[in-house]
Amino acid sequence: MIPYARRAAALCLLLLVALLVNALRIQVVRAPAYDANPANRRVPIERYGQPRGDILVGSRPVTGSRSTGAQLDWVRTYADGPLYAPVTGFSSQTYGTALLEAAEDDILSGSSPGLSALPLWNAVSRQPQRPGHVRTTIDPAVQKAAYKALGGKKGAVAALDPATGRILALVSTPSYDPGTIAGTGPQALGAWRRLVTAEDQPMLNRALRQTYPPGSTFKTVTAVAALVSGVVTDVDRPTDSPDPYPLPGSTTALGNESASAGCEDAPLRYAYVVSCNTVFGKLGDDVGLRAMRETAEAFGFNDPSIGVPSHPAVSVFDRRMDRAQLALSSIGQYDTRATPLQMAMVAAAVANDGTLMYPHLVDRTTDGAGLPLEVTGQRAYRQVMDAAVAFAMQDMMVAVVRHGTGRNAALPGALVGGKTGTAQHGEDNRGNPFAWFISWAKQSRGAPAEVAVAVVVEDAAADRADISGGGKAAPVARAVMRAVLAH
Amino acid sequence: MTAPAPGTSPPALAVPAVRLPRRRGVELALLVGAVLIPVYGYCAVGLAHDGAVPRGAAGYGAALGGLALAAHLAVRLRAPYADPLLLPIGVLLNGLGLVLIYRLDLETPDAAAPAQLIWSGLGVALFTAVVLLLRDYRTLARYAYLGVVAALVLMIAPSCFPAVNGARIWIRVAGLSLQPGEFAKVLLAVFFAAYLADNRAALAYAGRRVWRFHRLQLPTGRVLGPVLAVWTISLGVLVVERDLGTSLLFFGLFVILLYVASGRTGWIAIGLVLSAAGAFLVGTLEPHVHSRVADWLHPFASIEAGLGPGQLAQSLFAFSAGGLLGTGLGEGHSILIGFAAKSDFILATAGEELGLTGLTALFLLYGLLVARGYRAGLAIREPFGRLLAVGLASIVALQVFVIAGGVTDLIPLTGMAMPFLAQGGSSVVTNWVIVALLILLSDTARRPLPGPDAGRTDAGRTAAGGTDAA
Repeated sequence: MIPYARRAAALCLLLLVALLVNALRIQVVRAPAYDANPANRRVPIERYGQPRGDILVGSRPVTGSRSTGAQLDWVRTYADGPLYAPVTGFSSQTYGTALLEAAEDDILSGSSPGLSALPLWNAVSRQPQRPGHVRTTIDPAVQKAAYKALGGKKGAVAALDPATGRILALVSTPSYDPGTIAGTGPQALGAWRRLVTAEDQPMLNRALRQTYPPGSTFKTVTAVAALVSGVVTDVDRPTDSPDPYPLPGSTTALGNESASAGCEDAPLRYAYVVSCNTVFGKLGDDVGLRAMRETAEAFGFNDPSIGVPSHPAVSVFDRRMDRAQLALSSIGQYDTRATPLQMAMVAAAVANDGTLMYPHLVDRTTDGAGLPLEVTGQRAYRQVMDAAVAFAMQDMMVAVVRHGTGRNAALPGALVGGKTGTAQHGEDNRGNPFAWFISWAKQSRGAPAEVAVAVVVEDAAADRADISGGGKAAPVARAVMRAVLAH
Repeated sequence: MTAPAPGTSPPALAVPAVRLPRRRGVELALLVGAVLIPVYGYCAVGLAHDGAVPRGAAGYGAALGGLALAAHLAVRLRAPYADPLLLPIGVLLNGLGLVLIYRLDLETPDAAAPAQLIWSGLGVALFTAVVLLLRDYRTLARYAYLGVVAALVLMIAPSCFPAVNGARIWIRVAGLSLQPGEFAKVLLAVFFAAYLADNRAALAYAGRRVWRFHRLQLPTGRVLGPVLAVWTISLGVLVVERDLGTSLLFFGLFVILLYVASGRTGWIAIGLVLSAAGAFLVGTLEPHVHSRVADWLHPFASIEAGLGPGQLAQSLFAFSAGGLLGTGLGEGHSILIGFAAKSDFILATAGEELGLTGLTALFLLYGLLVARGYRAGLAIREPFGRLLAVGLASIVALQVFVIAGGVTDLIPLTGMAMPFLAQGGSSVVTNWVIVALLILLSDTARRPLPGPDAGRTDAGRTAAGGTDAA
């Protein structure tokens, strides 16, 4: 009996070994796959098991967290949700994250390894890492001024500090409160459904993620290209340009909004101030596709790598066009499209004497205690033009505001340069045009520019003249610049 | 008669000069640890959950300590030569089970730990009663046939009650739910041991050789009858009660004891063939069982179908979340398993919160319990006791393997209680009876024989082995 009992005992030992080996398999060998399974609720439970780090504007957090006591405990809250939604994006237990909440998620959720002084110890002790905070470059006064100035209109504002690339304001209206979709359950679901089906797209970040035909504001790029390429050497010498301008290789002729503007053979400065389509269409053709494209790309067009850190929609200047298309593109029509941020970068490059600084929205990230983890450094994106060209451009932009289409942007006691734009869209350009205004402001000639801003207002009534750019968008830009210059 | 061996304590007055170490002090010392570890775990749960030591910690420690002390005193009184490891392992596992259930109670509306503590008290009371009242375990052999009738009644009774979650294994009386199949285990082990001890010679009688070059011999048809009867009954249990685990346990137990009693490998072959046939038959006919097999093969099928994780998938997630060191008591999310988290899937909580380290320790504790049972069986001098010890130890081993293998996706999942750990009154009481019987058996095994070579237990062991070999 004894040997048989021993064999039965050996069988039990075999079963024990099988259990142990299998435990090793599921707890160690296969564990990474199991842990990463999207159906495993532990990931969201851990993620929402502690308050999320905050996004700061100035020194004040514009986000918060509240405990629900539910399985996913901490839910995101937003102070001034609609005002800062284009900056923060949303963090939702149901719908994930967007914009800054997405781009800095590893800091805000506490998963970044940089947050731990002793990463190995955290791995062993399984202590959740305290999340860090993200301080933005947004100036609350400027943001509020822009939001207020846009009022109930549909549109967007992007404002930059030209000398540093800091984004001072990023506004999109109509906006939404990200707090309404932060949680779970029928309320969040209903809010989400309302937001995504709303006709005026409140969740669309128009300042960063929407491209518009830039219209006449793009003439700034064309003017720079003409000066940089040497096609124009003197801004006051008449150009050889007919009015109307027959588009090369086409039977269509390009005219101006106002036939009485005197655009025939107009010099660059005059043509810029009164916004002659004929002069800039021909200039684009004279400069040529290659040089036009190079200048546009120096401003940031066609660059998908720009991240602030969220990636804006790519602004487009076509790489292959015939001459007629190039002429139309050079006045901001045809396929040319730009985000408000892109056009703010155009104004900023001119204002900063030709150097375009890389735009950024995050000033610094800090750990939970507020000690800095990473401070975003200033760096140049490109030297778009030399200082002489920049000075000429600044003069022309000042002239637009002094006695051109941009008089609504003038600020007493400050030097303001700008350019209006009205872009047609829709089939046969029947849609209501977009009103554009790009500008910069400094305290006085010789002082550094303090702000560059781009404003777009959608559906700016049926007024087809450049005046709508000056009429609808310029006052918004003025409010933004005033807020910057006020301190 | 002879001089005391060096190193032993001076002989007491009324006892012979040479005495075996009884090791009751070892048992007491181990019991202190077996009580303190769960109390520490209880505190850890509270600290993790509320940041404070739970208010009931002292009461819980006192209750567990009191139970352990009562059991220890009974052993000291009636079974002084018993194996000193058995009782502490039982107390430790029972205590850890209470901690795990208490920990899960914090996240469910109903509290199961207080009831489990009462059942544990009942179990220890029964343990004490068995140790105190059962003067000689051999008495049990006399009631073997009465026992098997009782076992059959206990097993059939639940089929008159409504099925709970697909299995008819519960009896609900006045708010208490009993699982009579649990008690039947011990009765059946007693019956098998008694029956096989009596009919050893006939069973060992060799039948035809089927493989000329292999030592596989089929038993004769005459003794095949009882085997087929047990197989039919366990299959009947399966079909009537839809309880795959219990039927597997009974049949496995019978095959092991048959083999140990007769030494015929043919029994194992027959056992394997019959259980394979039974499993195939039931697997194809019973949708309840069939789905378990499907889950075993593809635990994530429901996720891929977009229906979310099933219980087994949740169990695997829990184990993997534990990793090597575990999340710590009270820090895991095994409650996601949902239904049966405190009973069948209790091991997943251990796996998640104590990690592979804790799980290995638990498995080794069970392994030790089984090994000490087998050791008692090997040391005992007569066939009934030997078979009973082997049978009881095998019940624990099979039960642990079936349920632990089930929740870790090693074998198809069948509902069964993890001995001592899982929520379930019938189970914890039964396990205490098993430990009580093993204590009595080990006491007999290690007790010195009266006579000139008292104290040389090896003599008895060789004698028994000799008869076997003949």
